[in-house]
Amino acid sequence: MTALTTLGDQVTRGAGRLRRYVPVLATLALFLLMFGIGSYRYEGFLHGQVFLNLLIDNGFLLVVAIGMTFVLLSGGIDLSVGAVVALSTMIGASLVEQQNWPPLLAILVVLTLGTVFGLGMGCIIHYFEIQPFIVTLAGMFLARGLCYTISIDSISITDPVFTRMAQARVRFAGLFVSPSVLIALVVLAVAFVVLHYSRLGRTVYAIGGNEQSALLMGLPVAKTKITVYAISGFCSALGGVLLTFYMLSGYGQHALGMELDAIAAVVIGGALLTGGSGYVLGTLLGVLVLGVIQTIISFEGTLSSWWTRIVIGILLFVFIVLQRVIGVRERSALSRLSTRSVTEKPAPPRQEVRT
Amino acid sequence: MSGRMGAAVGTVWRHRLFWPVLILVVLLLSNLIFTPSFFSVEMRNGHLYGSLIDIARFGAPLVLVALGMTLVIATGGIDLSVGAVVAISGALACLWISKQPDQNAVVGVLVAVGLALLLSLVLGVWNGFLVAAVGIQPIIATLILMVAGRGLAQLITDGQIITINSSPYKLIGGGYLFGLPFSILLALVMTLLAVLFTRRTALGMLIEAVGSNAEASRLSGIRSRRYTLLVYVFCALCAGIAGLMVSSNVSSADGNKAGLLIELDAILAVVIGGTLLTGGRFSLGGTVVGALIIQALSTTIYTIGVPPQTTLVFKAIVVTVVCLIQSPAFRAKFSRRGRPGRADPPARSVQQKVEVPA
Repeated sequence: MTALTTLGDQVTRGAGRLRRYVPVLATLALFLLMFGIGSYRYEGFLHGQVFLNLLIDNGFLLVVAIGMTFVLLSGGIDLSVGAVVALSTMIGASLVEQQNWPPLLAILVVLTLGTVFGLGMGCIIHYFEIQPFIVTLAGMFLARGLCYTISIDSISITDPVFTRMAQARVRFAGLFVSPSVLIALVVLAVAFVVLHYSRLGRTVYAIGGNEQSALLMGLPVAKTKITVYAISGFCSALGGVLLTFYMLSGYGQHALGMELDAIAAVVIGGALLTGGSGYVLGTLLGVLVLGVIQTIISFEGTLSSWWTRIVIGILLFVFIVLQRVIGVRERSALSRLSTRSVTEKPAPPRQEVRT
Repeated sequence: MSGRMGAAVGTVWRHRLFWPVLILVVLLLSNLIFTPSFFSVEMRNGHLYGSLIDIARFGAPLVLVALGMTLVIATGGIDLSVGAVVAISGALACLWISKQPDQNAVVGVLVAVGLALLLSLVLGVWNGFLVAAVGIQPIIATLILMVAGRGLAQLITDGQIITINSSPYKLIGGGYLFGLPFSILLALVMTLLAVLFTRRTALGMLIEAVGSNAEASRLSGIRSRRYTLLVYVFCALCAGIAGLMVSSNVSSADGNKAGLLIELDAILAVVIGGTLLTGGRFSLGGTVVGALIIQALSTTIYTIGVPPQTTLVFKAIVVTVVCLIQSPAFRAKFSRRGRPGRADPPARSVQQKVEVPA
């Protein structure tokens, strides 16, 4: 009897664990399917370089989306990322071009400022208990507005370090990537280790699962919540630096609506917007899916660019409904089987609204 | 005597509209320094002109969108898709009118308006369905339409800016009726209707009940899903009307730019007006004041002569200040010494303890 229960527990647990991977696996399948369709329809699509170009063209989005993953996993939201990216390109460009600072120092200043910006928003969110939605919205307005106080026009960059970074290619096996891709992949690896193998990462998941429980468990909720926004600020600033390499200019209109792309990538990557569930590798897949949509549309040639947004919307819908269905099933499966072995977080109650 | 005075001042001070109205008044008064004739309103060709009228006229679409947003937020939801609905509604109306042989025909314009509003209602039903029936979190459910909606609007206009020349359509956003801009009247009528339906019937109370606790209200016999659906439909309708106003004012539809960021301005207006994002009690009057504050801020920036793009910085400052003033945690931290009797709400007290180990 006992053995049977244990076996049942293990099966439940195993099934539950598998089910948690369903959204990520679905994203992977979707990516492979879209890439397959592209390869079937268009000549020259099935090429390693096409895949690597996805990373080259979306490296900055990947970095920003990784920061967003931390925030969303903790149950918050950060609307300011696009604006912070723009502000970073602006500050970097103006320091290097107009103030003649050494490029490395300018990049360091940009990264510090982005982190401090996120840290500040995190403190307001935590200590004054104002919803993340509103605080980061104010942050978005502030960052975009500050761009225009530096300059209303675009500042183009001619600094040799930046141009070299923009044109450099890391070659291997007949293919190439830009240095930005390597930076983005390093950020991804660090984020993976931090989220899954560090105390900070597990605390982020715990807070996203249930903040009250995390608090009662004695986890450093305040510190972690603030850190998460600081990480997002840092990632946005780094994304801004990578975008500067890509565009070779600073402009207040850069990265308009990037916060939506980042959120979409994280959600398509399988993370729950309510927090507590999701994987940073899913975010990579989400970014790749967004990239492959754009690539297909550019290969097709006759489709107009606005189809990108429509397809992203449809994908968002499909994935959100998929998660909803899995969430409902998981909850009913848990309540049917023994409640003793519950290790997975049941889906959060419906009336809970985090904004 | 002084006690009674103190009590009266206290009542005014604690009134939920006190801070928003004060900020609006300060904003308007600060304009006097730069433009002494700011408050003058004059009659020209039977039409009222003046800076105050302009603020109300350009603020009308925002007031409309914010009205719908207030009710959505009161149910504990949020609607991010209003900007997209504004763009879609304007695009469809302009497309229909541009296809007419006679753009000045009243019937054609009416059909265009009807079609645009119908489509807005459908989009509202879609949002409401996702939230109320499928049970997706509002912020995510409406994010879908926010992302896809701009694409839809551009699909309708085929990526072009549709320009029309139709005097009946121009009335909605740029015309005058009884000497007043028609858009102000339209916003006024919608506000009065919303106030009438929520405050003179049980509807407002039911919406607040759903927002305070959807499950409890369902158990007490309120069909909470029905009201949730209703507020999203109303919100989309308001956004649709606002879309007509915006496109009519410039006689063109731009799927990309129309209503850009209006959802964020509307949410700000609601929050500045004193409605909590967590749902429950709402204040339509506060929302209208909040929307006017945002418009007055933009107008002030223009008249002072600061580059208009930096409006965003001032907006951020105003939002932060208003939210901090309204935050119970902030007030508790800074008025604890002055008024020791002020107890935090029970929900907050747990949060307060967090900071000790941190």
